[in-house]
Amino acid sequence: MSERERDQHTGTETTGHEWDGIKELDTPLPRWWLWVFYGSIAFAIVYWVLMPAWPGITGYTHGMLGKSDRAAVTGELAKLESIRGAGLVKLKSASLEQIESDPQLQTYAMQVGASVFGDNCATCHGAGGGGGKGYPNLRDDVWLWGGTLEDIQHTITVGVRSGHPGARGGDTIMPAFGRDQLLTDAQINDLTEYVMALSHRKADRAAVARAAQTFADQCSACHGPDGTGGAKPGAPNLTDAEWLYGSDRQTIHDQIWNGRNGVMPTWEARFSPETIKALAVYVHANAGGDAEPAAAAVSRPSAGAVSGK
Amino acid sequence: MWKKHEKFERHSLVLLIGIIIVVSIGGLVEISPLFYLESTIEKVDGVRPYTPLEQAGRDIYVREGCYVCHSQMIRPLRDEVERYGHYSLAAESMYDHPFQWGSKRTGPDLARVGGKYSDNWHVDHLTNPRSVVPESNMPPYRFLAEKDLDYRNIEQRLKTLKAVGVPYSKNEIANAKADLEMQVDPFAGETSDLKKRYGPRVNQRDFDGNPERISEMDALIAYLQVLGTMVDFRTYKAEDPENLR
Repeated sequence: MSERERDQHTGTETTGHEWDGIKELDTPLPRWWLWVFYGSIAFAIVYWVLMPAWPGITGYTHGMLGKSDRAAVTGELAKLESIRGAGLVKLKSASLEQIESDPQLQTYAMQVGASVFGDNCATCHGAGGGGGKGYPNLRDDVWLWGGTLEDIQHTITVGVRSGHPGARGGDTIMPAFGRDQLLTDAQINDLTEYVMALSHRKADRAAVARAAQTFADQCSACHGPDGTGGAKPGAPNLTDAEWLYGSDRQTIHDQIWNGRNGVMPTWEARFSPETIKALAVYVHANAGGDAEPAAAAVSRPSAGAVSGK
Repeated sequence: MWKKHEKFERHSLVLLIGIIIVVSIGGLVEISPLFYLESTIEKVDGVRPYTPLEQAGRDIYVREGCYVCHSQMIRPLRDEVERYGHYSLAAESMYDHPFQWGSKRTGPDLARVGGKYSDNWHVDHLTNPRSVVPESNMPPYRFLAEKDLDYRNIEQRLKTLKAVGVPYSKNEIANAKADLEMQVDPFAGETSDLKKRYGPRVNQRDFDGNPERISEMDALIAYLQVLGTMVDFRTYKAEDPENLR
């Protein structure tokens, strides 16, 4: 192909192909496009040299930079830890009481606690820790498994009936008195009245009298002879106005019948010990225990503001 | 040489063969190493095939399209690891057919949801998501608790998975029905045949709070509770040099 024909109208070369007198223009590619194309090829070659790229027989080319996503994220997390730095180190070494008594450290722990609580605990215990049906309220003074800092720390670590070998409540299960036919319908109805009476509400006196012996036989071992609970940890006080599943007759009856037992996961594998410490301090302070109200009020979370850093 | 393309342009069959050759080079280079390269095949202790009940739950997960809003892959990025836990390993979905990695997160990632909440929470949440998460926009799946799980063909389902490479033993397939029923039996005990077959860490309990029946809720929660819990990251260190990817 020595001489190529030029199209008269556009001045562009034709390819030399012709179909029934129609000829094909050989319009050159735009320069910018061509250079981007060559540039991409050059980029690919540089990339192959620097980054992991080609598979081989026994391995792959690691590239001169030795980039690895796993190494990168490990580094990022280490960097994050160093940013959190001083406070985290202090949390590690300080005892729970020391954290609570040092205002600066407490504020720090409260902030860590608030963000972790919002992301993990609020799903059950509510955004402010107010709890819900079946999920204990963490803002009041009623604690099934103990409300001291150590108790809270331990509960968060091992959970409740969580499958963790040291979990709380492993040996304290409320039986399903009705479903498993341990008691008759009539006995359960009487017991319901008895529990109503325990919490100082109107109840059928005859039923209460009938149930006294049943309560002593079946319930008092955990809930205590007077129903104030605590004979074994995890057994609620039945004489107060705090109810986990509800206070009405039907709910009490259902609980005796089905014996629901609360489960809380173990957080040992998910959180570092420092994080659990911070959470314990946060929960303890929010419950209104001995925390300094000023520090507690500052970092109390609103539902949305928790994780948005 | 540049004139040879005329041959391809004028013979469609030659063109077709040429296209196949070029495309298959790309395919071979990209795909075939995944089957033989040690560094792309990561075997990790603890990963096991799903029990029949978990598998049945997985089928419900797929049937209900949970993957449309929930991914199951924690990427190796700082923020994801901070929120969801250890990044996912390829091995953790090696028995998933099809895998549920997903690319859309209307809801949170579920790769490590196992053990994060109680069974009771899952029942509450699936029954009415807003009863526990007020800002949730997930639809309710109340009917799962009311529907008996249909597991008449569970053996066939396991067989099908075996055909695509999940190493179910003959014994496991033959006992699929018994294993499924055993997993929701609160009195099955620590030495049950199910635990002998699938390991001592299998969750064995009534999942939906109603031990009198095996509902779809039972199966789905059994599946959710095992997600991301098979590998023990106290013993497996993904950032060790030999495990770096």
